[in-house]
Amino acid sequence: MAKQSSKEIFSLGVWSDNPVFRQLIGICSALAVTNSLTNSLIMGLGLTFVTALSSFTISAIRQFTPKHIRMMVQVLIIAAYVIMVDIFLKAYLPEFSKTLGAYVGLIITNCIIMGRAEAFAQKNKPWPSFLDGVANGIGYSAVLLFIAFFRELMGFGTLFGFRILGDWWTSWTIMIMPPSAFFLLAIVIWISYNVQHKNEKSGVAKS
Amino acid sequence: MIELNPMVIFIAAIFTNNMILSNFLGMCSFVAVSKEINTSLGLGQAVTFVLAGTSIINYLVYHHILVPYNLEFLRFIIFIISIAAFVQLIEMIMEKYIPNLYYALGIFLPLITVNCAILGVSLFMIIREYSFLQSFAFAVGSGIGWTMAIVALAGIRQRLKRATVPKGLEGPGITLIVTGLMAMAFIGFSGIVQIQ
Repeated sequence: MAKQSSKEIFSLGVWSDNPVFRQLIGICSALAVTNSLTNSLIMGLGLTFVTALSSFTISAIRQFTPKHIRMMVQVLIIAAYVIMVDIFLKAYLPEFSKTLGAYVGLIITNCIIMGRAEAFAQKNKPWPSFLDGVANGIGYSAVLLFIAFFRELMGFGTLFGFRILGDWWTSWTIMIMPPSAFFLLAIVIWISYNVQHKNEKSGVAKS
Repeated sequence: MIELNPMVIFIAAIFTNNMILSNFLGMCSFVAVSKEINTSLGLGQAVTFVLAGTSIINYLVYHHILVPYNLEFLRFIIFIISIAAFVQLIEMIMEKYIPNLYYALGIFLPLITVNCAILGVSLFMIIREYSFLQSFAFAVGSGIGWTMAIVALAGIRQRLKRATVPKGLEGPGITLIVTGLMAMAFIGFSGIVQIQ
């Protein structure tokens, strides 16, 4: 694999290889927390933290890890960081820790982290792996926030808990219930497909 | 916490609190494996079995080892290890004694370790403070609910092959929309029982 510049790593992780709508991984937790923007933001930050640092650590010890137990080692490293996030939330943001509940723990089984560890951190130096983790975390958070924006705005008429739409707004109950998350994610995939397809076409035309 | 009858939890876990359709757990393999009814039924059975086993192990480990020593914060690591170990053990036992079942389910077993539904059930039963029987009912019910959802989706997807779908929605996109419609249908059950 050719060496990638940090800029390339970023654009790959955030847009053209976005974990959620391009690779369709890590959507378990993506959908559950998106009924409010604040929750999504915290979840996104937590995931970015864990992905970046675990990619960094896995990459730093990649030469010393025996091949056949590397999955176990990776899971343990990821779990350690997730525990840090969990304890931090419990200490400083107890009410969010309660609303997010089990989903913080479920960061461990979020396929994005394992995916990045296997696909990128195994083969690259610690610093690029760290950047790659950050980029993928941002890509994931962006999708989460996009979905949460519509769900919170239409479901409650609020953004980050502040009232945006007045009393005339009839809240769409469906938006805070599970089905809307599936529909919105499908729409995100559709839009991103069309945009990226258009770019590819115009790129071909130019050359 | 109101003492709920385990039977109520069992029914609720299948219909009203379905793992996929209302908690979004196990989505990754849900989208990837739901192409054929047979494979998804196999995966569903494996998930139900592992859920039942790990819920017992994790319940005992949590309440008899972690709580007495104030080590609750280690639960993520312990749960994921016990799930991985259980799956590995099942794989070895099945390979030796019931090879037929092993070859039918074999390819799914490694996938299960990273299935969010397994860890999710273990975490939910701790957070909701279920008793032993309640946890077991919850785990088995979740497994059956998960199987039902994935088999239904596989059936719908087989029909979808003959439909014309907008280009950008093919594959995962349309799967999510179908899942959304199924979730809407399942909201209809929410009058029966509610757990949270």
